[in-house]
Amino acid sequence: MKFSDAINDAMKVAMRQDPKVLCYGLGVDDPKRIFGTTEGLIEEFGPDRVFDMPTAENAMTGVAVGAALAGYRSVCVHQRVDFFLLAMDQLVNSAAKWHYMFGGQNSVPITIRLVIGRGWGQGPTHSQALHSWFAHIPGLKVVMPTNAEDAKGLLLESIFDNNPVVFLEHRWLHNMEGEVSEGDFRIPLGKARLAHQGDDVTIVSNSFMTVEALHAAEHVKAQGVGCDVIDLRTVRPLDWDAVFSSVKRTGRLLVLDIGAPMASVSSEIIARVAMEMPGVLKAPPQRLCLPDHSQPTSPALTKNFYPGSGEVVGAISSLIGRDLEKESLQAQQTWAHDVPGTWFNGPF
Amino acid sequence: MTDLIELLRGMKRIRAVEQGIADRYMVQPQQMRCPTHLSIGQELVGALAGLALKPSDYAVSSHRGHAHYIGKGGDIGRMLAEIYGKVTGCSRGRGGSMHLIDESVGFMGTTAIVGNSIPVGVGLGLAAKLDGKEQVSAIFLGDGATEEGSFYESATIAAVRKLPVIFICENNLYSVYSPLNVRQPKNRVIHEMVAAYGGLDTYFVEGDDPEATTDELQKAVDKVRSGAGPAFIEITTYRWREHCGPNWDNHLPYRDEDEFENWKERDPLPELERRLLERGTISAERIASINQDVEHEVEAAFKFANESPFPDESEAYIDEYMA
Repeated sequence: MKFSDAINDAMKVAMRQDPKVLCYGLGVDDPKRIFGTTEGLIEEFGPDRVFDMPTAENAMTGVAVGAALAGYRSVCVHQRVDFFLLAMDQLVNSAAKWHYMFGGQNSVPITIRLVIGRGWGQGPTHSQALHSWFAHIPGLKVVMPTNAEDAKGLLLESIFDNNPVVFLEHRWLHNMEGEVSEGDFRIPLGKARLAHQGDDVTIVSNSFMTVEALHAAEHVKAQGVGCDVIDLRTVRPLDWDAVFSSVKRTGRLLVLDIGAPMASVSSEIIARVAMEMPGVLKAPPQRLCLPDHSQPTSPALTKNFYPGSGEVVGAISSLIGRDLEKESLQAQQTWAHDVPGTWFNGPF
Repeated sequence: MTDLIELLRGMKRIRAVEQGIADRYMVQPQQMRCPTHLSIGQELVGALAGLALKPSDYAVSSHRGHAHYIGKGGDIGRMLAEIYGKVTGCSRGRGGSMHLIDESVGFMGTTAIVGNSIPVGVGLGLAAKLDGKEQVSAIFLGDGATEEGSFYESATIAAVRKLPVIFICENNLYSVYSPLNVRQPKNRVIHEMVAAYGGLDTYFVEGDDPEATTDELQKAVDKVRSGAGPAFIEITTYRWREHCGPNWDNHLPYRDEDEFENWKERDPLPELERRLLERGTISAERIASINQDVEHEVEAAFKFANESPFPDESEAYIDEYMA
């Protein structure tokens, strides 16, 4: 099943199970159905529970808060993270605060699905990965699945969690195929997935970078280097036990992130490992993030902007102090650099 | 029909609480240690919250929310305890004057950021419509909030989805110290602007006339309850004290004493009392008895707040997430 179909499956399972689950946002019932993720919802659950919205991101989020106070679980959908920035007041001042601010007597179970763009000229305001912003806010949970199985299990868990959850889907993952469990299948928030095992290097990753990490881990395995790849799945709460226990075993840490490095989830992981595991690291920790810069648009400008599996191999080389071959891995990408594969023909 | 004697009692209760706060706020060492926005001069609309609306109706409000909380039926002792930062406060000391809640009477919360609670009220309206119980969601806001994008967005959503929401706008002419003429175009009339949005019934009434205000608000609420879709009502009013805090501020160069005196003369509280006495609807003895009841109630509420314990310091670090 495709990642996007797994999202769709989770939506249907949740809405069948609980008549209080709603789904709305600009385009949820339009002809494109949010990259197919909301396909069939309005037909099965009707226009009272599945509906389009005015282009009003902030109020729409506040509506979800209000409906939550009266017992409804809204899944709000936005086709890009960047549009959702208009809703920061409702996310940060309302949704994240309500439970604490009113003495713990009520809560705001809402799920906000946001799509992170990349490539094909998405540019400065259609390709920001801002999970580190969201992770900065106490009261929020921040989820970013990598594969179809996790997408379904984590979305179901998010919808039925009693707190506001920001659910981040990388656009380049929507077409990824994977086995997906049937029915009401849930994955707890705050539990990382060990996606690859090895004893030499700990790679902590999230979202699309886990795909790159897995290619790199397989590639260096053939050269005698073993990597743990910890796919965080959620960045708030973050599975510190998984990170610490792996680093304790490998003594080497590489953090991958799909966002900018400054004041980020990657900064936090490196800071806490440095502070709480003195003497464990055999080499200075490394990270690969996007450049600390706005994202460009033209394919000429994005060519080397995003780190990939080749760069991951380079960072592993530097951690273990040994040159590893990476050119043959990089040569495997036969399609253009600004699309996830030949299936993607734009426009967004 | 609204019971005008109850309206008078409601206004007196609100004024007595607010006056009680003003009298105590600056007493040293200060005990009410949070930003506090008083509703003195603006009691009418708050008192109507409990009369034009039903207990099962929802309501949300803003930073200046004491009157709406009290009027809707919120527990006064727990409100004062909240302002004093006590564990018996309606938000257990985590919200203060600007975060009041009493869900037992449908008062779903006041929030501090201008325009913030407006879409929350629309969401409560969405729930009310889905639940099909003829509930109304009332959103109390000020003239400043109509300048926020969240107001326009919320009005649009309420109109498109025909939600049972009433936007109750108290226009008190100022946002903090900024008068309307520096915030809105000269020829803008707020309720006319909202009428031009489409999809909302709009109303306007001068808030110095307690009966006209009562009738107009009740008419608007009844129409919303009938399923006709959302409504907006603009009611003129005036805040007597400073924007935030217990003091007078007519000496500050943003408004003048004459303006204040003019509004004070038009105060709807004594006006309502005068009208009811003149008509023989109420006797002087009954008024005296109401005054005494209110005084005792407010004294008891302050006593409760003062005698309540503070939360344990460990409560700062709980309830970030709901299990």
